[in-house]
Amino acid sequence: MSKVLLETVGLCKHFGDNKAVDGLSIRFRAGRVHTILGENGCGKSTTLKMLAGVHPPTFGSILRNGKNVEFKSPRDSRDNGIAIIFQELSLCNNLTVAENIFANNEPHRFGVIDSKKIISDAEGILNKYHIPISAEVKVGSLSMAQRQLVEIAKGLSYPSDVVIFDEPTSSLSDSEVEILFNIISELKSENKAIIYVSHKMAEIMRISDDITVMRDGQYIDTVDKAETSIDPLITMMVGREMSDIYPSKNESASEIGDLVLSVKSLTNPNAFHNVSFDLHAGEVVGFFGLVGAGRSDVMNALFGMLPYEGEILIKGKKVAIETPIIAIENGIAFVTENRKEEGLVLDHSVHINCNLASFERIATRGLINERAEVSQTEESIKRMNIRVQNRHQSVGALSGGNQQKIVLAKWLERQPDILILDEPTRGVDVGAKYEIYSIIRELTEKGTAVILVSSELPEVMNMSDRLFVMREKKLVKEFKTKGLTQDKVMVYATGVDSND
Amino acid sequence: MIKSFFREYAGILGGLLILCLVSSFLSEYFWSVNNVTNIILQTSIVAIVAFGMTYAILLAGIDLSVGSIVALTGLVLVIGLTNGLPFGLMLPMALLVAVFCGFSNGFITTWLGVHPFIVTMSFMGIWRGVAMLTSDGQAVSLYDNAPFEYIFNGYLFGIPFPIIILLSMIALNHFVLSKTTFGRRVYIVGGNPEAAAYSGINVSKTTIYSYMITGLMAGVGGVMLASRMFSAQPTAANGMELDAIAACVLGGTSLTGGRGTIIGTLIGALIIAVLSNVMSLMNVDFFVSLIVKGVVILIAVGIDVYKNKRKST
Repeated sequence: MSKVLLETVGLCKHFGDNKAVDGLSIRFRAGRVHTILGENGCGKSTTLKMLAGVHPPTFGSILRNGKNVEFKSPRDSRDNGIAIIFQELSLCNNLTVAENIFANNEPHRFGVIDSKKIISDAEGILNKYHIPISAEVKVGSLSMAQRQLVEIAKGLSYPSDVVIFDEPTSSLSDSEVEILFNIISELKSENKAIIYVSHKMAEIMRISDDITVMRDGQYIDTVDKAETSIDPLITMMVGREMSDIYPSKNESASEIGDLVLSVKSLTNPNAFHNVSFDLHAGEVVGFFGLVGAGRSDVMNALFGMLPYEGEILIKGKKVAIETPIIAIENGIAFVTENRKEEGLVLDHSVHINCNLASFERIATRGLINERAEVSQTEESIKRMNIRVQNRHQSVGALSGGNQQKIVLAKWLERQPDILILDEPTRGVDVGAKYEIYSIIRELTEKGTAVILVSSELPEVMNMSDRLFVMREKKLVKEFKTKGLTQDKVMVYATGVDSND
Repeated sequence: MIKSFFREYAGILGGLLILCLVSSFLSEYFWSVNNVTNIILQTSIVAIVAFGMTYAILLAGIDLSVGSIVALTGLVLVIGLTNGLPFGLMLPMALLVAVFCGFSNGFITTWLGVHPFIVTMSFMGIWRGVAMLTSDGQAVSLYDNAPFEYIFNGYLFGIPFPIIILLSMIALNHFVLSKTTFGRRVYIVGGNPEAAAYSGINVSKTTIYSYMITGLMAGVGGVMLASRMFSAQPTAANGMELDAIAACVLGGTSLTGGRGTIIGTLIGALIIAVLSNVMSLMNVDFFVSLIVKGVVILIAVGIDVYKNKRKST
């Protein structure tokens, strides 16, 4: 066994009565990728924050090379050779890649920043880890995925032998994920310990050596990747058997209903061209495509957030959807891909957010109907299994899965005819995913028509009845999902035949 | 209900209480009926203007033009009355002018998509200039107009009428913000305008209505101020916007929007008023009192930031 570089012994973090992490003991070894796995709210983010010196532990200790260390600030942790790459970006868009990599750590001569050295040093790091980005471009001109890679380069600019990645692939496309995995294997060969946190089971199985499972703040087990597989890991994570990741469809209730939405040659010159499709009551229609294919723009147009040419017919009637208000009045609900920016008021309570789209409707003559709202909120919390202390808690403090359930709850309270879901399970753990899928099934059985936009191919293929593929701002193909294989879909999504 | 009230305002209420306690030691005159009435009378105008400001700040905005609106409203009222127009016509006219001023702020802010700081700063100059022009820069006095004088100097059931106005403005604004769908919209738009739009809330309309209320409250303040001075002065209420903002901030209204209440603003205004009052009772130099007020605001804001930080970790 290789050397233990970092170890936690009985690590605990309590916030009042809430035991976020309770007695965690893990050993991180040199030259191994150690994944921490668990549902949202299981305590893995808190664990990382303790290792990063953001939160001091309540009890327990952190051992670095066998010696007890205490991190009072992120700086302490960094000075101890621990590099952390957080999910949230901390880059300045108005500065160049090189300036960002060395922000607050600039090489200088005679008290003046050495601008040549910054660029050459940055290029050194970018080249070493094969990141195909120029050191001299402004970060603002890069895509989100490229920025994530810059963030990684910034983390690696400090001397370190423990590198922590917190969900690094959440905004990366496939080609950049490959770059990241190359970086990780490079770090492995340098005999560093890598701590990795992610929700994506496939990539965890690909790159991990050791996997530690956490649940409700408790340590469950550490297993060798070679001796396990996805199913037992998920069982450990959620604490119950989960025969399938996708709830099966109730075949007897799968009658497709009436036509509810008909879109005819929808065009926005900047965003999408000539998009036509139909949607029936009780069916799920999937939209798949690579990032930038125009899927979200079509949905924004259907919801009145983007101007369009062409026709939208709802239940056979032509409707000009110029604002979200018109869309909502016509029974459309839209769960956008950015719940924090567009779905929720993070500062406000669970109660306010659950009623965000319906408080107006249950009000009488402009007066808030407090009692009806409260019962609606309590019902949603129960029905959607939203884990909160009480309805007054602010939603900013909740996990991604719980936040997403609140966005769903806010729309379901209006009982929409057409529900548009854009990346509904992004940043959501396996358990909450299953619950969200179950809600979709339940809704379609009651006759709701669902549009499901997703970048996760297995998700759209398993959940949809029909699947549309978009490429370069156009609808290129319609599939029936029964018997469909991923290869066929990818051919249309990328425009490249994989057999070529 | 009462319990949650005290929990919510524990910090500033405690501050106000300590301030009153210290004041009562510093000056035996402090708790006299006359002095307490005086404090409330003095704060009534700023407090009402600050209630209006609360709407703007709840939207993560600001209204720097309220001082100018106060002056302009007073002038419209007094000039109309001196020209023999009836009070029953001129009062609504004056308030309508104030609402229009607020509408201009809200409309141009949403139409141009510029930060309200810029828009209301411009209107601060514009309305002040209009006030100066209409009055030739001179104060316009008005005596022997009974209803006009009654506003700030009358009594109803033995209570000074301005206190009645203050109480009704507290009740009205508290009701609007906490019980109506419009109030809910203000909080949501201020908390996250994107999410508000995606939830089917008309953000522009909410913004414009809010600034109209801000204007209206400045108008009420303007009418009261004119009555108090028996005249309208084009230079009146210069800098009042800063007192109003200070009251909001002291009262816990977040400048980033979405958080704050009328009761908080009221307590904030009272803290400033008590502070000014006790310093004048003790003959503290006016220049020193400015410094003290500034320091107190910084401390209060510091405590608030510290509390929120602790809550969020």
